[in-house]
Amino acid sequence: MSRSTRWRSGSVRYAWRKLTNAGMLSLTGLAAFLAVVPLVWIVVYIASQGARFVSADFFTKLPTPVGVPGGGIANALGGTAILVGIACTISIPIGVLTAFYVADKPDTPLGLAVRFGTDVLSGVPSIVVGIFAYTVVVLPMKRFSALSGGLALAIIMLPTVIRATEEMLKLVPNDLREASLALGAPEWKTSLAVMLPAALNGVITGVMLGVARVAGETAPLLFTSFGNPFWSTRLDQPIASLPHTLFVYAISPYKDWHAKAWATALVLMALVLSLNIIARAWTMIRQARLGG
Amino acid sequence: MMGQLVHLVGLTSALPSPGQSSDPADDLVKIRVADLNVYYRSFRALADLSVEILERRITAFIGPSGCGKSTLLRTLNRMNDLVPGSRVEGRVNLDGGDIYGPSVDVVDVRRRVGMVFQRPNPFPKSIFDNVAYGPRLYGVRGRELEDLVEGSLRRAALWDEVKGKLHRSALALSGGQQQRLCIARALAVEPEVILMDEPCSALDPIATLKIEDLMRQLAQEYTIVIVTHNMQQAARVSDYTAFLMMDEERTGRLIEYGTTQQIFTTPRDRRTEDYITGRFG
Repeated sequence: MSRSTRWRSGSVRYAWRKLTNAGMLSLTGLAAFLAVVPLVWIVVYIASQGARFVSADFFTKLPTPVGVPGGGIANALGGTAILVGIACTISIPIGVLTAFYVADKPDTPLGLAVRFGTDVLSGVPSIVVGIFAYTVVVLPMKRFSALSGGLALAIIMLPTVIRATEEMLKLVPNDLREASLALGAPEWKTSLAVMLPAALNGVITGVMLGVARVAGETAPLLFTSFGNPFWSTRLDQPIASLPHTLFVYAISPYKDWHAKAWATALVLMALVLSLNIIARAWTMIRQARLGG
Repeated sequence: MMGQLVHLVGLTSALPSPGQSSDPADDLVKIRVADLNVYYRSFRALADLSVEILERRITAFIGPSGCGKSTLLRTLNRMNDLVPGSRVEGRVNLDGGDIYGPSVDVVDVRRRVGMVFQRPNPFPKSIFDNVAYGPRLYGVRGRELEDLVEGSLRRAALWDEVKGKLHRSALALSGGQQQRLCIARALAVEPEVILMDEPCSALDPIATLKIEDLMRQLAQEYTIVIVTHNMQQAARVSDYTAFLMMDEERTGRLIEYGTTQQIFTTPRDRRTEDYITGRFG
């Protein structure tokens, strides 16, 4: 008897729960949809605005003065490549080695300091990093340079590289480390031959995500690499970059520069987006292969 | 050193074959553990433990979970050094030399005392590269390396199963094959002692039998120490058995040590008898 009444009240509660479930599901679904809208909107809008001006010349020609038709952003593409190259050269070795230290000695004072430091560093506004690079490199050299811009980007990339590598190192089974050590392999050899290959995946993903992030940074380049309307590969001279070119074109009062700003935005966005997609696809493929 | 080795080899060849020995005094001591205490920070995991491990014999450590038998095993090749806060007191002599001595290179100890783990742990590399990993550390290359890999796989009774696919991933092998691969990998650095930490606990009965057969064969050349939960296994494969148990403070102590036959048929200690007959543990 008591059992059947409980059952009845249960069915009412069940109906209510189903209703709540449907309500909450629609709410979360709506929120999720709203979250994707800006991305799609940005991609579609920039593509439609920028595609008109993108041509082969746009990638290979240097900028033209106001009013002169044609011209491209070859200098900015090359500049961004150089800046990112400098950033990688600095941040990858330091980041990977730091991650090894932190993964191996997480409880030492230095290990704790590094972890706290990387958290803080990833939260530092990028313009502050730019000012730092300005103070450390630009002021002593007495001129803007690719080197200072690359340094600023390296500092911004560093936390991403450290974190991605460290997370991957932590995922390497301790069994493998022990297997290597038990064979009489020294620790350094174990790190190099067992830990690094196992973590390489994460390092590459981390680097690509880091590159994708810094390739679009404008603020730290404003007073470091500065910008350059000509082709330059010299590290001690100002150099152009995609985001800075975009910035200059966008705030200019000229119509044709505005069009170029849209086109530059499209190129930059495609670059960053494809880096992100490649990084994630790479991870998925590697994981699938390791799983099988 | 070399002279001493030759001397030992000359002597041991005159010894009865494994399994037939009767008295520990007949055999040569490979590892002598004396007054061993192992601590993890303030916790004492092993207390006042002394045991002699004889050359070219299989010695089994048995006992209930947590009695410190794995700790004891990992003390023999200094793998416990890797545990933060671990500390060892007492002596562990390998061929008379203290492996915890101040001038001893731990890498050298681990080369001489190999280890096979509970779960098969091949590297995510090819079968060949797994076995070649150790020898490559010591600069073995080319033809010599190929011969060494083949020889190790043969001795691990795995060659016939993998000879056509040496460059396939080791992870594609079955669990039992992976464990034999790990044994081959350990053999490839030509160790003198092989430690096995519950090597069959993750394997099915058929794979287990294969590993046990293999252990008997290997005992003709190597000193083998095995930790096992499985008393039948200890009875089947080992020549000597050490029974460990923890006291009230959860500190592991050696209760009884003797030939496997004696431990399993006429245990001297009541606790050994209780454990072996399955009254606890």
